[in-house]
Amino acid sequence: MTLHATAPAPAVEPAAAAPAVRFNAVHKSFGTLEVLKGISFAVGRGEVVCLIGRSGSGKSTALRCINGLERITTGSIDVCGHVVSPDGRADLHAVRKRVGIVFQSYNLFPHLTVEQNITLAPRRVKKTAPAEARAIAADVLAKVGLSDKRDSYPEQLSGGQQQRVAIARALAMQPEVMLFDEVTSALDPELTGEVLKVMEDLARGGMTMVLVTHEMAFASRVADKIIFMHQGRVHEAGPRDMLSRPETPELRQFVGTGL
Amino acid sequence: MNYQFDFSFLWDPDNSYWRDILHGTWLTVELTLLAIVLGFTLGAACAIGSTSRMPALRRAIAVYVEVIRNTPLLVQTFWLFFGLASIGFKFSAFTAAVIALTVNIAAYTSEIIRSGIESVRKGQIEAAESLGLSRMQLLFDVVLPPAIERVLPSLSGQFVLMMLATSIMAQISTEELMAAASRIQSETFRGFEIYIVVAVVYLALTVALRFAFALLAWAAFPRRRRLGTPV
Repeated sequence: MTLHATAPAPAVEPAAAAPAVRFNAVHKSFGTLEVLKGISFAVGRGEVVCLIGRSGSGKSTALRCINGLERITTGSIDVCGHVVSPDGRADLHAVRKRVGIVFQSYNLFPHLTVEQNITLAPRRVKKTAPAEARAIAADVLAKVGLSDKRDSYPEQLSGGQQQRVAIARALAMQPEVMLFDEVTSALDPELTGEVLKVMEDLARGGMTMVLVTHEMAFASRVADKIIFMHQGRVHEAGPRDMLSRPETPELRQFVGTGL
Repeated sequence: MNYQFDFSFLWDPDNSYWRDILHGTWLTVELTLLAIVLGFTLGAACAIGSTSRMPALRRAIAVYVEVIRNTPLLVQTFWLFFGLASIGFKFSAFTAAVIALTVNIAAYTSEIIRSGIESVRKGQIEAAESLGLSRMQLLFDVVLPPAIERVLPSLSGQFVLMMLATSIMAQISTEELMAAASRIQSETFRGFEIYIVVAVVYLALTVALRFAFALLAWAAFPRRRRLGTPV
C-alpha cells in the first residue's frame, strides 16, 4: 500500500502522455559517413526541445529524419502514434500531416502570394474548401503578426517576415509538432528577435516544438529540455539551465565559444 | 540593274494567287499551333519523365532528345513520310508534317522545361513534401509554374524557330506557305517578288506569335503582372 502511495504509476498510460516524438537508437549514414550513431531521446507533448551542437554534429540531420526528409538507416522514430522506419514510407504521409517544419532559408513558393502559400497545403492535402482555407490563413497570419501582408509576394517581404509566413504556412496544417531548423541563422539580430518572439508565443501556447538552434539565450529561456549533440551522438541532455553548468568538457567548450 | 517590280500576278483574275498564299499561310498557322500544343504537352511530359525515379525511363527520354536534337528536321521528316511509307505506314503530308514537327519541337521543349525544373530550389520541394503534398501536386503547384515562367522566353524563341521551320514541310508537299510560294514562282517566274511577299508574311506571323506569348505570360503569371520581376 505504501509503495502505491509513493509511486502512483497509472495502470494504463493515457495516450496524451505518450511522447510526441521518440528516437529509438536511430542511425543515419550518408554513404560511408555515419552522421547519427544511435541516438535516442523523447519529446513529450507540449515540450520545447532544443538541439544544439557544432556544425556537423548531426542535429539538423536528426531533425530532418523526423518527417522523413532524410531516411534513417536503422532504428525507428515514433511520431504522434506513427512510425518512421528505414524502409517504410507507408506512414510518412500521416507523419507529414501532423508535423510542420520551418527551414533556415524560408522556402516560400515565390510564384504564390502569402495567402496562397498558406492555403496551398490545406486545400490540396486536406481538401479544405477555399473559403475555409482563407479563414485559416487569416488566423495564422494574425498569430505571426502579418495580417496586412496577405496579398504580398515573398520577394516583397523582409527575411524575418518571410520566415514568419513560413511558420504560418506550417501552422495552417494544424500540426501536432513543429520542427525549426536554424530558422534565424539567416537573419540579422532585429529580424531574429521578431521571429523568436513568434516562436516563444507558440511555445507558451503549448505547441510541441523541436528546434535546431544557435540561439543559446532563447534555448535557456524557452526550452524544456536541451540536447547537446556531438559527433553524431547525444552527448549531454538536461533542463534549460544545463547550459550554465555544463558537465562534459565538450559542452563547456561549446558554450564557452558559443556565448 | 533596271528591275521593274511587278506584284500584279497576285491579283491575276485567272489564277488569284493571293488566295493560294492566304491558304498556305493558314496551313502554316495550323501546323504551328498544332505542333506547339502537342509538342509542348509531349515535351513537358518528357521533362517530367526525365526527373522520374525510373532510370530506364530517364535513359529512354535522353536518347530520344539527343537523337532528335542532333539530326536534321528534314531527315526526320523524310524518314517519317517516305521511310515509313516504304514499309507500309502511310500518312497524309499534313499528318506527317504535324508528327514530324511535334516530335522535333518536343525534344527541344523537354530540354528547356527540364532546365526550368532544375532551377527550382531543392528547399521549396522539401517544403512542399513536408506539407504533405503528393508528387503530382508538388509538380503542378510548386515546380512547374515557376519553372515555366522562367523558361518562357526560351520556349517562345524555340517555337518561333519551329514556326519558321514549317517551311521545310514544303519538301513533302504539304501545301503550306512555302510550298504555295514555290508553285507560284514556277508558274509566274516572279521569284523576286513572291519570296519578298512570303518573307513579309513569315515576319508578320513571328510578330503575332511573340505577341501571343507575351499575352499568355501576362495572363498566366499574375506575380509577374504585378511586380514585373523575374521569379
